[in-house]
Amino acid sequence: MSMSALIPQPVERENYLNKKYGVWSWLLTTDHKRIALLYLLSITFFFFIGGFFALLIRLELLTPAGDLVQADTYNKLFTMHGMVMVFFLLIPSIPATLGNFLVPLMIGAKDLAFPRVNLLSWYLYIIGGVMMLHCMLTGGVDTGWTFYAPFSTNFTNTKIVEAGLAIFITGFSSILTGLNFVVTIHRMRAPGMTWSRLPLFIWAHYATSIIQLLGTPVVAITIVLVAAERALHLGIFDPKLGGDPVLFQHLFWFYSHPAVYIMILPSMGVITEIIACFSRKRIFGYHFVAFSSIAIAVFGFLVWAHHMFVAGISVYSALVFSFLSYAVALPSAIKVFNWTATLYKGSIHYDAPMLYAFGFLGLFTIGGLTGLFLAALGINVHVTDTYFVVAHFHYIMVGGAVMGYLGGMHFWWPKISGRLYPEGWARLAALIVFIGFNLTFFPQFVLGYMGMPRRYYDYSHMPEFQVLNVLSTAGATVLGVGYLLPMIYFLWSMRYGKPASDNPWNAAGLEWKTASPPPTFNFEEEPVVTWEAYNYEELDAPHPQEVPVAR
Amino acid sequence: MAARVDALYIFLLIVTGMMALLVFVLILFFAARFRHRPGIRAEQIEGSTALEITWSVIPFFVFMAIFAWGAVVYFKERTPPADATEVYVVAKQWMWKLEHAEGQREINELHVPVGRDVKLIMTSQDVIHSFYIPAFRIKQDVLPGRYTVEWFRATKPGVYHLFCAEYCGTQHSGMVGSIVVMEPAEYEAWMNGGSTGPLSASGEKVFAELGCATCHRSDMQGRGPDLKGVFGKPVQLEDGRTVTADENYVRESILDPGSRRVKGFQPIMPTFQGLVSEEQVNALVAYIKSISDAKARDGAKTSAGLAAPRAPVEKDGSRAVQAKAQVNGSQVQRP
Repeated sequence: MSMSALIPQPVERENYLNKKYGVWSWLLTTDHKRIALLYLLSITFFFFIGGFFALLIRLELLTPAGDLVQADTYNKLFTMHGMVMVFFLLIPSIPATLGNFLVPLMIGAKDLAFPRVNLLSWYLYIIGGVMMLHCMLTGGVDTGWTFYAPFSTNFTNTKIVEAGLAIFITGFSSILTGLNFVVTIHRMRAPGMTWSRLPLFIWAHYATSIIQLLGTPVVAITIVLVAAERALHLGIFDPKLGGDPVLFQHLFWFYSHPAVYIMILPSMGVITEIIACFSRKRIFGYHFVAFSSIAIAVFGFLVWAHHMFVAGISVYSALVFSFLSYAVALPSAIKVFNWTATLYKGSIHYDAPMLYAFGFLGLFTIGGLTGLFLAALGINVHVTDTYFVVAHFHYIMVGGAVMGYLGGMHFWWPKISGRLYPEGWARLAALIVFIGFNLTFFPQFVLGYMGMPRRYYDYSHMPEFQVLNVLSTAGATVLGVGYLLPMIYFLWSMRYGKPASDNPWNAAGLEWKTASPPPTFNFEEEPVVTWEAYNYEELDAPHPQEVPVAR
Repeated sequence: MAARVDALYIFLLIVTGMMALLVFVLILFFAARFRHRPGIRAEQIEGSTALEITWSVIPFFVFMAIFAWGAVVYFKERTPPADATEVYVVAKQWMWKLEHAEGQREINELHVPVGRDVKLIMTSQDVIHSFYIPAFRIKQDVLPGRYTVEWFRATKPGVYHLFCAEYCGTQHSGMVGSIVVMEPAEYEAWMNGGSTGPLSASGEKVFAELGCATCHRSDMQGRGPDLKGVFGKPVQLEDGRTVTADENYVRESILDPGSRRVKGFQPIMPTFQGLVSEEQVNALVAYIKSISDAKARDGAKTSAGLAAPRAPVEKDGSRAVQAKAQVNGSQVQRP
C-alpha cells in the first residue's frame, strides 16, 4: 500500500497506449500512433533477420576459401539480406514508424487523412513480409536483390515469382503510406500551420511520399514483367526472343535509385529536428533545406542510369547521367552545409540523439563524397560492382538512414513510450555504432579500389584481400552489439524507465505540446499555430512573456 | 589507362578529402566552441542567401571539373584504337572463352604482349557477365545477344587478375582467370605454338558449310548483298535508315536477318539463331571483316567506338605476313 504512493503518477492520464487493451484493440486500430508501433515491431523483426544474414555473410568472408556455407547458400544470403533490408527495413523504417507517429502530431491533426488505409498499408506490409519469410524458408532466391535479367528470367530455378510478389504487395504498402502523407500534409494542417512553418521533418516526408507515389509503381510493373517473362517467355528481356536485358536495368533502377532517396530523405528530416533542438536554434536557411528535399526528389528520378555505366549504354547517355548525378549531389551538399551552419553560435547539448546526429553527419558526408567518385565516369568503370560500391551505399543507407532512424527513435522515444531511456547507455550505444560502422565499411572502400568484386563468396584466388575482410568482419560484430543495445534498453525503459514529461528536451514543435504519450486524438483541443518553426529563442527565454515574439 | 584513372582518383581523394576536412573541422569546432554553458543562450540566425549561393556555386564548379575529367577518361576507356589486336570473348556460366584473331584459343587465361593495344569483342552465351581487370582499371558488362567492347594496353609483364564482376549465379566467384602479359618475343613464341589457323579462316569454313555463299555472291547475281568490302561502311536499309556495318550489325544480320534488312533485298534469309554457336558467329564476323579492304575499315568509326583491325605491321613481321596471306587467300578462294 505504501509503495503505491511512491509511484510518481498514481492516476495515469488516458493515452493512446492505455486507452484499450487486448490484441484486437491493436490489430484493428486506426490510430496512426498504434499503427506506427505495429510497424516498429515488424520492422525491428525484419531488421534482425537481415542483420543475421549480414553476420553470416561477414563470417563467410573471414577466410578466403568458401568454408562456412556453400556457394548457393551464400548467394541466397546476400540476396535475402538485400531484399529484407531494402524493402522491409529501410524503405518503411522512418516513414512508417516515426513518420506515421509524428506527421499528424507535428501538423496538429487528429490522425492521418485515411486512417483505415493506413491500417491496410500495415497489413499489406505484413502479407508481403510473411510471403517473403515463407519464400526464404522454402528455398529463397539467389539473384541478388537487383533481379538482373536474363539470370532472373531464364536461368535461376529459385523462387523469383514468390519473392517478386512479396515485394509487389509490400510496394503497395509504401504507395499507400505516401498517398496518406501527401493528402494529410496538404489538407489537415492546423490553423496557422502554413507551409513555411512546417517542421523540416514534414518537408522531408512530403518529398519522400512523392517519390513513393511516382516511383513504386514502376518497380511493381518491372516485377510483373519478370514474372510474365518467366512464365510465358514473352521476349521482353530475353535476347533470344528479341528482348533486351538492359531494358530490365533501366526499369529496375528507375525505381531503385529514387528508392535510395526514400530511405535517406526522412532521415535527413529527423537529423534536422535533432540538430535544431540540441543547438537550441532555428535551422540555418530553412527554405534552402526545405526546397533541397524537393530538389532531391525531382533530380533523383533523372539519374538512374548511373548504375549502368558499364552495362552497355552509349557513351553519350553515360555523359548525361553522370552530369545529372552531380546535379543531385548539390542539394545534399547544401543540407550538410546548412546543418553545420546551424551549429554556429548555438548552445549545443550532447544528449544521445545529438550524438546520433553527429554520427549521421560524419557518415553521410563520407557516403556522399564517395558518391562523387562513383559519378565520375572514368572511376566508375573501375569501382562499380566492387566493394567500393558496397561501402558507399552502406555509408548512405546504414550510416545515413539507420543512424537517423536510431537518432529519431531516441529523440521521440519519450513521446512514443512516455518513458525515458538510460542516457548513459544510449550515448555508449551511439559511440559503439559509430565505431563499429566505420570499422566494418571503411576497409571496404580500400578493398573495392584494390578490385575485389561484390558477391564473391570465395576469394581464395586473391588472398591479399583477407586482412581488410577480417577488419570488416570484426567491425560487423561491434556494430551488431551497437544495434542490440538500444533494443534492450528501450524495452527495459518501457517498464523501468522514468516517466517522461510532455517535453523532456524543451523542444519546439507541436508534438511536444501534448502529453507523453499523447492521447488517442493527439490534442485536447485543436492547436492554433502562431509561431514559426524552431522558435527556440522563445522557448529558452528566461521570461517568455516579456520577450517579443518576432525578431 | 590505370595511370589515368589513378590520377583522377588521387585528385578526387584530395578534393573530397579537403571538403570532408572542412566540414568535419567546422562541426567539431562549433560543437566544442558553442557547447552549452549555463546562462549563455544560442544566437538565432535566420540564414544567409549569400552564403547559400556561395556553397552551391563553388561545389557546382568543383563537381563540373570532376565530371569533365571523368568524362575524358571514360571516352578514352570506351574508344579502342583502330589498329588494336582483336580478341573475341565468349562468356558463359562460369568460364571465359577467348579466341585470338590469329586463332589461338584459351580458357580463363589471356596472353597478351606488352605495349600492344588489345581490343576485346565480347558476348555471352547465357546471362550477363562483366569482364574486369582491376590492374588495368577496366570493366565492361558482357551481354547475351550482342557485342560489347573494351580495350587495354598492358605496360608491364606479369600475371593480373581477371574477374567476372557482374553476379552470374552459383559459381560467380569461380569465374576468375588471369591476364598474362608477356614480352613481345616471348609472346611470339607462345603464339606460334599450337595455333589452329586464324579465326577468319574458321569463319570462312563456317561460311561455306552453312551455304552462305549461295546467296551472298560477289557477281551481283546473288539474292543477298555482296559482303565483300562491306564491313565498316554505311549500309542503306530498306526502311530508309543508314547503319554502319559494325560487329553488332553483322551479328544481328546473321541471327535476326529480318530486323534491319539492306535496301533492295527481299526478306528471304532464314535466321541462324540456335543453329550457330557464339564461337561460330565470332568466326563469321572475323571472316566478313577480313574480306573488307583495309582502307575502308580504317575509316570506319562506329557508334560503339569500334573500328576494324588492320593486319599488324610493325615488329611481328611473321604474323603480319601470315595475316596478309590470309586476307589474300580468302579473296582468291571466293566464288
